[in-house]
Amino acid sequence: MDTVAMHISNGIVDPATSAVFAAIALAGMIVCVLRGRRDLDDRLAPMAGLVAAFIFAVQMLNFPVLPGVSGHLLGGALAAMLVGPWVGALCVTIVLIVQALVFADGGVSAIGLNVTNMALIGTFLTYGVLALLLKVLPRTATGVAVTGFVAAVVSVVAGSLGFVLQYAIGGQVDGISLGGAAGAMVGVHALIGVGEGLITAATVLAVAKVRPDLVYALRGKRLLPSTPKSTVESAA
Amino acid sequence: MGAGHAHVLHLERDSVVHRLPPQVKIVASVAFTLLVVLTPRERMWAFAVYAGLLAVVAALGRIGPLWIARRTVIEVPFVILAVILPFLGTGETVAWLGVDLSVEGLYGAWNIAVKGTLGVVSSLVLAATTPVNDLITGLERLRCPQIITQIAAFMLRYLQVLSDEARRMRVARLSRGYRPRFFWQLRAWATGAGALFLRAFERGERVYVAMLSRGYTGTFPRLKGRSARPGEWAAALALPVATGAVALAAALT
Repeated sequence: MDTVAMHISNGIVDPATSAVFAAIALAGMIVCVLRGRRDLDDRLAPMAGLVAAFIFAVQMLNFPVLPGVSGHLLGGALAAMLVGPWVGALCVTIVLIVQALVFADGGVSAIGLNVTNMALIGTFLTYGVLALLLKVLPRTATGVAVTGFVAAVVSVVAGSLGFVLQYAIGGQVDGISLGGAAGAMVGVHALIGVGEGLITAATVLAVAKVRPDLVYALRGKRLLPSTPKSTVESAA
Repeated sequence: MGAGHAHVLHLERDSVVHRLPPQVKIVASVAFTLLVVLTPRERMWAFAVYAGLLAVVAALGRIGPLWIARRTVIEVPFVILAVILPFLGTGETVAWLGVDLSVEGLYGAWNIAVKGTLGVVSSLVLAATTPVNDLITGLERLRCPQIITQIAAFMLRYLQVLSDEARRMRVARLSRGYRPRFFWQLRAWATGAGALFLRAFERGERVYVAMLSRGYTGTFPRLKGRSARPGEWAAALALPVATGAVALAAALT
């Protein structure tokens, strides 16, 4: 199981729909460049380049699932958490463009569809979810881990629903029951999302413990110790 | 979401196709793919002609059919989708070996399989005949916004560095006798990925400071590359022009 793509290829969704989503992706990308400049100003090129290389490299690192079976990370939610939605979406977009042009992964005519699903929906919806969760949950290791997990599950499932939506609008085959397709897509991706969620949570936690200032979603605040010191002392 | 992109697809060769400037090849490849996608799926002969045209380009680029065939496995998941479509579609059906197959589903499957394959092969030919850095130069010459080409250039330049770093971490873990085999042992993996992010981010900051000290002001000098001669444009555009003629004929018949 190496080098198998899950990017939408040519001929799955009709040209008109692909063109509409290409326009959406382009607009999203312009906004991301402008807002990314606000986050990083002239550091944007080197920083986003290195983060994109990180996402790409992390997708190449297989982790064991069971002996003989391995998986790899998709990284959308991870990027959103670590570098924020703007730079995150920009990096994922560039990864997708390079994968289509240099690695023949994902159809050239479907770039807009893939960018919309994985970069825009994957990163922005995720960022909304995790910003909300971080407000509600305590700023502890557990809170951050739960946030990372939920955000990653949402990113993967929402991306797959994006594909279902695109297929409903411009699918090249009529008469396929959309409910069935949506159910199958969500089912498979919920499973993938659980794996993605566990790894995203563990990775973000690893970064947050060492350099909380580099986790964009924490906005420069440190993690709180999971049990307040006083209770530990009183228990002892 | 593809895994295992460690090896860039470029084939170190010398051929007519390799020598063309990257920008004309990008335009030819993208135009070819778009024209293929626009062709009505019922005109099966048109796709046979497209395959023939691509085969000629691949032969001119001295790319073996086996090299291409091995790398088209990238689209296997979508072929699986194509295979199940005839069983899912509704409406008119045809009987084949005693199984009722949906005509609409069969057309859909054919559409995905043929357009997907032609697109992948066209991208493979482009990638095989063009070094990665030249692709970036080509995009710049095609007036792609510099912020995009810069980020892509940084990414491609540091990809190997980061994957080597990841490999060293893995070797260090293995040499300490820890070889996780199950999903619930992924903490070491995640810690490694976290460390990789920190190193990538800190490296980005160092690279930025190094760039500043060399006079970086937020923009790059345009990558050089040479402009394409009219003859080279004509040679490269022969592919999409021929494809366009076929597509037009297919649309009109």
